[in-house]
Amino acid sequence: MISFTSILTWVTFFPLLGVLVILFIPRDRPNAIRWTALIASTATFMISLVMLSQFDGADPGLQLAVRRPWFQLAGVEIEYSLGVDGLSILLILLTTLLTPISILSTWTAVEERVKEFMAFFLLLEVGMVGVFVALDLFLFYIFWEFTLVPMYFLIGIWGGPRRTYAAIKFFLYTMAGSILMLLAILWLGLRFETFSVPDLIAQGNIPADIQTWLFLAFAAAFAIKVPMWPLHSWLPDAHVEAPTAGSVILAGVLLKMGTYGFLRFNIPLFPEAAARYAPWMAVLAVIGILYGAAVSYAQRDVKKLVAYSSVSHLGFVVLGLFALNSQGIQGGILQMVNHGLSTGALFIIVGMIYERRHTREMDDFGGLWRVMPVYAALTLVVTLSSMGLPGLNGFVGEFTILLGSFGSEAIGSSWFAGLAAAGVILAAIYLLFMFQKLFLGPLDKEENKTLKDLNWREVVTLVPLILLIFWIGLYPRPFFNLIAPAVDKLVATLQAAAFVVH
Amino acid sequence: MSFSEVLQGGSLFAYAPLIIAFPLLGLLINMIFGRRLGERAVGIIASSAVGLSFVIAILQFFALSTHPEGTSVPIADWITIGQLAVPWSLKVDTLSVTMMLMVTGVSALIHVYAIGYMHEDVRFQGDPGRFTRFFVFFNLFVATMMVLVTADNFLMMFVGWEGVGLCSYLLIGFWFEKGEDGIGNAIAGKKAFITNRIGDFGFLIAMFLIFGAVGSLQFADVFHWAHEHGLENVDVITAITLFLLLGATGKSAQIPLFVWLPDAMAGPTPVSALIHAATMVTAGIYMIARNQALYDVAGLSSNLVALIGAATALFAATIAVGQFDIKRVLAYSTISQLGFMLAAVGVGAQVAGMFHLVTHAFFKALLFLSAGSVIQGIEHGHHHLEHVGANPGGGEAFDPNDMRNMGGLRSKMKITFWVYLIGALALSGIFPLAGFWSKDEILADANHESIVIFLLLTVAAFFTAFYMGRQILMVFFGQPRSEAAKHAPENPPVMTVPLILLAVGAILGGVLNLPGMHTLTDWLEHTLHVHVTEFNPVVAGLSTLLALLAIGIAWFVYGRQPMGKGSPDPLRRMLGPIFVGMENKWWVDELYQFLIVRPYIALADVLADVIDWRFWHDWFHDTVLARTFREGTRWLNDAFDLRVIDGIANGLGNLTQAISGRMRFLQTGYVRNYALSFLVGVLLVLSYFIFGSS
Amino acid sequence: MNIATDYILALSGVLFVIGVLGVLVRRNAIVIFMSIELMLNSANLALIAFARAMAPAAEALRGHVLVFFVIAVAAAEVAVGLALIVAIFRTKHSIDVDQVSSLQG
Repeated sequence: MISFTSILTWVTFFPLLGVLVILFIPRDRPNAIRWTALIASTATFMISLVMLSQFDGADPGLQLAVRRPWFQLAGVEIEYSLGVDGLSILLILLTTLLTPISILSTWTAVEERVKEFMAFFLLLEVGMVGVFVALDLFLFYIFWEFTLVPMYFLIGIWGGPRRTYAAIKFFLYTMAGSILMLLAILWLGLRFETFSVPDLIAQGNIPADIQTWLFLAFAAAFAIKVPMWPLHSWLPDAHVEAPTAGSVILAGVLLKMGTYGFLRFNIPLFPEAAARYAPWMAVLAVIGILYGAAVSYAQRDVKKLVAYSSVSHLGFVVLGLFALNSQGIQGGILQMVNHGLSTGALFIIVGMIYERRHTREMDDFGGLWRVMPVYAALTLVVTLSSMGLPGLNGFVGEFTILLGSFGSEAIGSSWFAGLAAAGVILAAIYLLFMFQKLFLGPLDKEENKTLKDLNWREVVTLVPLILLIFWIGLYPRPFFNLIAPAVDKLVATLQAAAFVVH
Repeated sequence: MSFSEVLQGGSLFAYAPLIIAFPLLGLLINMIFGRRLGERAVGIIASSAVGLSFVIAILQFFALSTHPEGTSVPIADWITIGQLAVPWSLKVDTLSVTMMLMVTGVSALIHVYAIGYMHEDVRFQGDPGRFTRFFVFFNLFVATMMVLVTADNFLMMFVGWEGVGLCSYLLIGFWFEKGEDGIGNAIAGKKAFITNRIGDFGFLIAMFLIFGAVGSLQFADVFHWAHEHGLENVDVITAITLFLLLGATGKSAQIPLFVWLPDAMAGPTPVSALIHAATMVTAGIYMIARNQALYDVAGLSSNLVALIGAATALFAATIAVGQFDIKRVLAYSTISQLGFMLAAVGVGAQVAGMFHLVTHAFFKALLFLSAGSVIQGIEHGHHHLEHVGANPGGGEAFDPNDMRNMGGLRSKMKITFWVYLIGALALSGIFPLAGFWSKDEILADANHESIVIFLLLTVAAFFTAFYMGRQILMVFFGQPRSEAAKHAPENPPVMTVPLILLAVGAILGGVLNLPGMHTLTDWLEHTLHVHVTEFNPVVAGLSTLLALLAIGIAWFVYGRQPMGKGSPDPLRRMLGPIFVGMENKWWVDELYQFLIVRPYIALADVLADVIDWRFWHDWFHDTVLARTFREGTRWLNDAFDLRVIDGIANGLGNLTQAISGRMRFLQTGYVRNYALSFLVGVLLVLSYFIFGSS
Repeated sequence: MNIATDYILALSGVLFVIGVLGVLVRRNAIVIFMSIELMLNSANLALIAFARAMAPAAEALRGHVLVFFVIAVAAAEVAVGLALIVAIFRTKHSIDVDQVSSLQG
């Protein structure tokens, strides 16, 4: 039964309720505002858990769907159409989990204009969840663009010294790609007289030469968002200038919107073009992996290092998705979650030290393990997870991705996976370098000798992420069970398309 | 149910997972309650956790004695995607149980030793709080090592493989604020991890190739496939085995990836003994022995394995001759001995390799722990002097590891001396100690297979005896060459008792596989393809003779006229530049630094600074894109907008103004005038209606 | 008594012309105002006359209705107009319309 009050509507728009309450709290009571935001986002997470309980993991199709006509554009119906399947469910949960954690991480970091900050943050959550549940191309585009606005203000108001530059660059860069996507969306909608993604996939008769153009137009938007090499130039600026919570969400969720876009639109809508361009995507992904890792190693600003590491890590995700087989895509989806957890946690960690010392230059630190043992231990786990140590989450994702792409017919050569595997070595180099610079060596800076270890709030911020890091690493089965049926269905349709191409 | 019934039923296998669980439990307890428990309790918990693992290993041994074919013990599903199905499950067979017994047994002894050693060490280094952390890491190591040896599939083995690498990293850098420039230890740890990662990269690729060829990562499936279809797939198997070999060279410190092991001596001595001598570094040998089915098919790979092993054995042995750090000599000796084992598995003598692996674990752990005992004795002497107010270091940093600061310790540290001597003789292969039997079996097999390998190994064995003779003579004989050495006391029983137990192992280890009895051969036959190696008296006699000769030369150089205080090594005078080469490790580190490390750093810097930042970020985006846009809009503004568009707009405005300038005179502001025009208008309209229509 | 419609219309015309002349010639705003009223009422008179001429027909009522409208509108207009005059008097201290020419272009 399809009803307007599906749980998905609640998950998507519940944070608006928080925004509404925050608007009525006087601005001289920042703690009330913080608690409201935290409670609203935690409640959203709870609702998303209810959604998970209603989700049938064995069903490969779209579930909990809502579908209502909304308005007409040139005679084509635009629908309020939401749904969730194995491709998106983990990302929704990741978003609703990371939002309260980010809010908690920013408890004392943001002191000015708390009201606007929290309101924008909750609005951002609405946009992000909307992107992952929207099944109408037009609705998706609205959510997609909507996320830019709160993020623009989060960077532009609460950011670092060059925040205006970074915010504008972020906005324009992502906007430029989106415009091409909008054209492709309009073309598709007007040509096939529907904007509904499932309907478009079901029709599935887009001519191959047109698929190419549409694929490229969509890919432009998503590749910038991911960001894939060489379109990553906005990322270091945005990350370095963004406030901690902004970076967490930016790396943890916003970048995943790009890879999710590939998965939800590019691959199923244009399967033949996807099969044809898979080797090219793999080339860019592998370059991104190696280039991102090398460039990370040369950074002296810890936040920039982590920012560039995202280029490398998301290269793995793209490589996995365009392997176009079960292992690659499942690994890719899991790796999106893993990256959200590990890199999100890394940004929180960088934020914690920045809040104490107001510097992110690695040369200003060293030997912190002596004064902050808890902080060091938690950072160690996160760092190891990020470099893909077996037994932690990163490994499960990277291994399945590499295994999938190594034997992928779509990519066509094992060299890509082989080179990508070398990225695992490079990841160890830059991450261990970072850990050494911060925590090892003598404690020789006076300012560092009196640093306080983490307080209970900061530990609480990190613990859920650490638990998930271990859980996914040791027993990822529940997660794979959620995504497997949907991916298998997708792969089955892809094989037919690949047959046409090759 | 009686004990024998349990044995008959094989249900003891079900306890196998506990071998991993006990150390994990120990580390959790210590991690959570460590601070409140106090040193003694922490040490006891950690040691008894490993002791319990040893008990489990013994139970598995009994279970295997009735069910020698072994079994798999499934624990849980891990990764299942499409065709890929990798469970957590343990393999209990004679090969893995051999490793379990050896690892847990030696670990238990070293844990006990470490209680005493670390008690002193944390005080010398000035941070007693780290005592607990040490045992947490140590237990974690045992747990991951158990994952490695009990793995039932490649991926799980890889988990242990990287897990022990992590523990190695953490423990090498245990005193992370010490070492050269305060960062030396941390850098040594990082070097170990990254070098190992290069090997792990090989392991990963091998797994991908295996999955591509077999569609499974379970040992049983892969080996079955190799038996059935091996001959049609020689190319693939050769590739697989070569990549696995890369993994083994990383973990077992062979050419070309051996450089990390000497630096790893930065870790506390129990770490060097346990991880970097007895257990972890043998993982590569174990892995290749485990994959015998694959190596049997790939002749090229097997030859390469043997060649790398033999070459490393000789190469590392020559470097060991030129070292002065007591632990570094042992480190290079370890690399060399691992080369022996690798050569053994390369020539198809898996049993000889495993035999040497076990005996080596005994005597090398013994040597390292004794070296630790020596070092701690020297430090005690050093601190004793500091307390009485003397200035022993003469202002310079005092290195307690440097053999040039030792000498004459024979009379000060009697137990340490005797066990050290036993270890050294066992390592040199002197009859009837453990090393004699195992090394001879390797040499006999090598002699049987390949003369090149045999010669390389024999020369390496000669050097082995020489550097051990040199070390014994420099450390324990002659006169003390420093004040600290003069005042070095013997250590407490918590440290010496494990030494004595290990010494017993080093003496008696040979009975595992005596010629004519072949106990180990028969035992491993249930898991591997074995062949009985006949005792070769010529080989045995030759190698013993060479060893004695080498010890004689060592006495001739170092014993006849003991080194004085501050005098150079007599060998330097005799060998000249060759000794310099040995002392500087043949500049391999420098070569890698020049060929790989510095180019990578330079490349990363260029990519980050020139390409990514200045070219791509600043120039392309800010200059080309942004400035083009700005200047384009400025042109549109100045040239086009102001002149053309504004021109049109202003022209219209001017016209309107001109017209209205005339018209304004009509507007007088007097109501009357307006009313009049009203009237005129009405009259005009009316007259139109009246007259116009006609 | 039966007066021909023509006469009534003539009277209406005369009244209207008087009104027009009043507006055009006089300067006193109140007089102008009264002249405007005169014009309105002359129109009313014409409407009544036509309605009477069409008398039995139902449409005759329309004339009456329109007259009532005009009276109502005139009343409203008087209110606004007088208010304006008062406002002008307050600022200019005169109700001479020749003094009020601020709309001159």
